[in-house]
Amino acid sequence: MDNEELTEQETALYDRQIRVWGVDAQRRLSKSHILVSGMKGTVVEFCKNIVLAGVGSLTLMDDRMVTEDSLSANFLIPPVDDVFRGKSLAEVCCDALRDFNPMVQVSVQKGDLSSFDGDFYDKFSAVVVSCCSLATKRLINEKCRKRQKRIAFYTVDCRDSCGEIFVDLQNYTYAQKRLDETIECQLQYPSFEEAVAVRWSTLPRRLSKLYFAMRVIENFEEAEGRKAGETSIADLPRILKLKKELCEEQSLNESHIPDALLERLLIGTKEHPPVCAIIGGILGQEVIKAISGKGDPLKNFFFFDALDGKGIIEDIGSISTGN
Amino acid sequence: MGSEQQLEVIKSAKVLMVGAGGIGCELLKTLALSGFQDIHIIDMDTIEVSNLNRQFLFRQSHVGQSKAKVAREAVLRFRPNINITPYHANVKGPEFNVDFFKQFNVVLNGLDNLDARRHVNRLCLAADVPLVESGTTGFLGQVTVHVKGKTECYECQPKPTPKSYPVCTITSTPSKFVHCIVWAKDLLFAKLFGDKSQGNDLNVRSSDGASSSENAEDAFERRADEDVEQYGRRIYDHVFGYNIEMALGNEETWKNRNRPKPIYSCDVLPENLSYQNGTLEKDCPNGDSSLVSAMASLGLKNPQDIWSLLENTRIFLEALKLFFVKREKDIGNLIFDKDDQLAVEIVTAAANIRAASFGIPLHSLFEAKGIAGNIVHAVATTNAIIAGLIVIEAIKVLHGDTNRYRMTYCVEHPARKMLLMPVEPFEPNKACYVCSETPLTLEVNTSRSKLRDIVEKIVKNKLGMNLPLIMHGSALLYEVGDDLEEVEVANYEANLEKVLAELPSPVTGGTVLTVEDLQQEFTCSINIKHREEFDEEKEPDGMLLSGWTQPPTTEKDNDPTLANKESTSSAAQTAVVEVDEVEIVLPSVRVDIGGAKRKLSDISSAATSAATGVVDATHSSRKPEEIEDDDNDVVVMIDGGNLGANKKKRVQ
Repeated sequence: MDNEELTEQETALYDRQIRVWGVDAQRRLSKSHILVSGMKGTVVEFCKNIVLAGVGSLTLMDDRMVTEDSLSANFLIPPVDDVFRGKSLAEVCCDALRDFNPMVQVSVQKGDLSSFDGDFYDKFSAVVVSCCSLATKRLINEKCRKRQKRIAFYTVDCRDSCGEIFVDLQNYTYAQKRLDETIECQLQYPSFEEAVAVRWSTLPRRLSKLYFAMRVIENFEEAEGRKAGETSIADLPRILKLKKELCEEQSLNESHIPDALLERLLIGTKEHPPVCAIIGGILGQEVIKAISGKGDPLKNFFFFDALDGKGIIEDIGSISTGN
Repeated sequence: MGSEQQLEVIKSAKVLMVGAGGIGCELLKTLALSGFQDIHIIDMDTIEVSNLNRQFLFRQSHVGQSKAKVAREAVLRFRPNINITPYHANVKGPEFNVDFFKQFNVVLNGLDNLDARRHVNRLCLAADVPLVESGTTGFLGQVTVHVKGKTECYECQPKPTPKSYPVCTITSTPSKFVHCIVWAKDLLFAKLFGDKSQGNDLNVRSSDGASSSENAEDAFERRADEDVEQYGRRIYDHVFGYNIEMALGNEETWKNRNRPKPIYSCDVLPENLSYQNGTLEKDCPNGDSSLVSAMASLGLKNPQDIWSLLENTRIFLEALKLFFVKREKDIGNLIFDKDDQLAVEIVTAAANIRAASFGIPLHSLFEAKGIAGNIVHAVATTNAIIAGLIVIEAIKVLHGDTNRYRMTYCVEHPARKMLLMPVEPFEPNKACYVCSETPLTLEVNTSRSKLRDIVEKIVKNKLGMNLPLIMHGSALLYEVGDDLEEVEVANYEANLEKVLAELPSPVTGGTVLTVEDLQQEFTCSINIKHREEFDEEKEPDGMLLSGWTQPPTTEKDNDPTLANKESTSSAAQTAVVEVDEVEIVLPSVRVDIGGAKRKLSDISSAATSAATGVVDATHSSRKPEEIEDDDNDVVVMIDGGNLGANKKKRVQ
């Protein structure tokens, strides 16, 4: 590693976490640059976590204006009109996040995520997208994958009391510690496109039902030309119809996607704050792992449902899947 | 999930949070966002710089202020219309009695020590208020639910108690760096700068106490007009040279051990070099004694560096000098504090010099500080996740959704694909001395031990009582409280010094004592059993308490794993958890993943010592079982450790 030392200020501030991940990891964190898009509750939780951890910089994207709705699971926005009037979500969040850790550069990037060229992404070590369409997820993931340097890519979504994280670290090498030995470990991640293209009938029987349910809703939004999250309980009949079609097409027994689960995901349009904290926490941890090269990263989906309380990792679309 | 009805229950709930630290900040935020409107929060601490990396409601400008109050203000900024009542106070204070607890629908703990946890557990039992308990360390965490009569209480499972070391390991035969730290901190530092009236084992060496220095006590006094440099060298030579020589004289001790090497200051640092040692005038211009630093005056910057013996020697002498020159007023009443830079420096240097003498690897100040200060690993993410899980359980508790209560473990390495693993809670342990009032047995030499020994070592230390009252039949032997008459106080004081068998109402074999804590509204009976002899090493208390679920025996009792080492989190079998916001006990679970047996998260479990920063690799005799439910999902069951071998008990 390089020989740069942490400053006294950094050592004092980060003392407790350096005891968890070490000085090298802290140094790598301080040189990393993170891009997030879609400032909803879960992403806000994530931003708080990595600003506290001490990344080098954090760039926020979300040009939507602040509304009553956006306050619901967001602790960065005071419900005072003159604080957020005329400002975008990203701008209001930026002001508040800066305050959390003066050593992290927090800024806003305006514009539409999918309109940027590939080289825009070169600045970043990790890109996290939320509240975006299936097409945008695919597009950004592909742009990141085409760059020379490895850019970690994540998607995160919360609906009702459920959450999903997708991770693409491309070709990732890290030091895995087991007992007293350290083994060099290599992981090959599939792209988002590759992962969701896996035929459902070939997936393990006990795969998280949330995986299928999220894909059905995503496909529905795509087919209808809706924005991410722009669905409601009124869409249920048509979504159930789409589920049936997809299951037939993919040769999957319909019982793997309970109607009640889809109904829950449609009713609960607002994020459930405890779930935001949990998903934002897991995502924060994963980004820290990927940047520091310490700890086993999750591959490649994570699901949490507050109803059963399980936080499950699924590996979907890897070359070895189905073995 | 987020129905109107649910929101109503949340809005009308009155909740008590104990702790506004790492978990507390996250919890208060998540409660407020979730719609809770009446939150009371107790925390006695003030904000420190090292909190700011995770306690996100606090800023640099808040350092020194009450955590509970600042946390309240920070949350009101984004939820101005809710009620948050802060108490900058100790939860063990008399104002937080059973009646106080009774006003709440649920109590949520985000604490950092066993003592307070046990206290809150008892108050919740007495007030019949559900408790959601939590803890994190590094990437590990857990949330448990305790509802009287329905699930086990916090104390139904034995809790690992702080690790203590045999005195002679510390004074004569250290074999690990932690032994050197304990020596430097609890003996040397206390001797040099602490309360002189306190007993101190510094000069105790193996078993030859009598033959050693007759003027040992005087050796630490600075003589009139003695130059502070000379004094420093004399102390140095006494503790690292002379005392080691003396110890070497006892051949028996070194038969199967490596002989230590005496170290004298002039061998490491010749006298004529002494004055290169720092410039006093440079530092602390404004007289702030907390800024005095031997590292600064010697130009050593990186706390991660491991100093040479020469550097340690210089730091030791310089720090000692600085104490006398810059902080003379503190001398005589100092207690080691991990946030006192100069104290950490001298303890690090002394521990390292002793380590060098005994052939033990030296450590950096950063590491030494972690061990000496029992500093726990802590990151924001785990606290956020655990706080989220606490709120989910709290909402179930408010709905009385008993069948869905879960204990949840947040693990570092997934088991059965799970990073967050819910487990059904256990029934109350019928042998629990706290929630089932099972009598305890105390073996003690009734013609030698004093009542004070029972009060201090058993009633306060082991049973965690705060304001105890001890009765033999209807005779009161001991009581504390503000409302006592002077005569009574004197009477009880006198009893404390009496041998058990000679008390006004003599306590002998067969006696049943009733011990009660009026604040905790907790009573238990202790059957006294007389026993003549106790093993000094294994039973240092000179008594043995039993009759409830015994703490599981440690596999390697003399092999404590150091806390605070970076490698611990991945350490495996005897892993190691140590604890941030708490002591945490994770179960060891075997899970079947694709046919391959694998140990859950490599965690066996662990315990932390509040006193020494050391973790015991004990405590995981829980065996998991799996049951298939109708949904083809698998629920992992963890059986209660000593509850009764293979009986699986579930809450219905």
